[in-house]
Amino acid sequence: MTRRTRLFVAALGGTGLAVLLVAACFCLPRFGGAQHPYGDRVVRASLARHTANTIASVNFDQRAFDTLGEMSILFASVLGTVVLLRQTRDEHRAAPEPEQVAVPVRRFALLVLPVAVVTGLYVIAHGQLSPGGGFQGGVVLATALHLLYLGVDYRALERIRPVGFYEIADALAASAYLVLGLAGLVAGTAFLANFLPYGTFNTLSSGGTVPLLNAAIGMEVACAVVVLLARFLDQAVEIEKGGEK
Amino acid sequence: MSVFPYLVAVWVFLVGCYGLVTSRNLIHAVGCLAVCQSSTYVLLLAVGYRDGATAPVFSDLKPGSRPVVDPVVQALALTDVVVGATVTAVLLALVLQISKLHGTVDPDELSELRG
Amino acid sequence: MDDPLIVVALVLVAVSATAAVAVRDPARQALVLAVLGTVLAVLFTVLQAPDVALSQLAVGSALTPLLIMLSVRKVRRPQRKKEADR
Repeated sequence: MTRRTRLFVAALGGTGLAVLLVAACFCLPRFGGAQHPYGDRVVRASLARHTANTIASVNFDQRAFDTLGEMSILFASVLGTVVLLRQTRDEHRAAPEPEQVAVPVRRFALLVLPVAVVTGLYVIAHGQLSPGGGFQGGVVLATALHLLYLGVDYRALERIRPVGFYEIADALAASAYLVLGLAGLVAGTAFLANFLPYGTFNTLSSGGTVPLLNAAIGMEVACAVVVLLARFLDQAVEIEKGGEK
Repeated sequence: MSVFPYLVAVWVFLVGCYGLVTSRNLIHAVGCLAVCQSSTYVLLLAVGYRDGATAPVFSDLKPGSRPVVDPVVQALALTDVVVGATVTAVLLALVLQISKLHGTVDPDELSELRG
Repeated sequence: MDDPLIVVALVLVAVSATAAVAVRDPARQALVLAVLGTVLAVLFTVLQAPDVALSQLAVGSALTPLLIMLSVRKVRRPQRKKEADR
């Protein structure tokens, strides 16, 4: 198929899709409408289970099984990236040359680094109370570590980031989520059911299993992002084509 | 006017698709896919919005004192934002493999290579 | 639909998404995607979804552009080497 016919087919399909989508928009419930049957039920269930952040309650309690699926996708994609970006036989590692970083950049990065790490941990820990949680805090935590690459250089980052450790921690966090789910079965309820006492509303320990599952996801996401970025940084900075020199 | 947010979601999705079809660089195509993906978040959150409502977080809000927006769609969008980024990483890893094997990231040149 | 902030944020999202597709150089596209991520985070905040805004801010404005930049660097490097050999 030539480029022109392909574009023609794409334009035809795109126009059809656009017409259908716009027609569908006019059949959707009005924007800002008051009808949210599922939302109302979820809010009631979340308050009954003493979880202040309704979204954390949906993710880690009422739809925890769905989050298990999401976590599996995350784990599988990390696995795929690690396999795809491994060092092949016809490549070698070249140590990156230490580079001079401008002093203001360096000071700023080193100043922000601890603040960002603490913010990440805070966002994970308060997932069941305020906006945030394992997914967001994990990303913040993992990207915060890479400020070290901006502020100092690649070797400093490698020293605090043994990739093997993060790979094991990633697998441990994924299995921790499963074990917490199975603990529900042992406790005599269902898989991933909230079997712990709900605690006092609006305290750190409220919500039963929500903070635990949230912490497992936080660890999983943080380790996953660190491993992903490590593989890409290795490819971009260290690994070069050609055999061992 | 009450369908405007939905139309924005449709526009973002179609623009992303257009970029995917006409892209001459696989890395650019992955970026366009990320644009497509963000349209689903806009659509989901627009469906869940409620006029005059606040966020469904009750740490500083007395339950029942104000209407809240739909938390279900937010939970769906939230997990997908993070998981979608890791899927983007797999796609980029595939692109890097293609570039190593064939020395190009132009989809047209790649189909010529196959003959 | 009477909140002007929502309309402004929606228009900004549409514009920056179009720009992200129209910019053909992947390295520049990564920067526009970072802008799109930030604008989306603003939209989610005015749509009363702080959780989603937080994750969009972390992912869209830092992680995805960084991954794209690193891929661009890797893809371009061997080409530069070839030119140097000539």
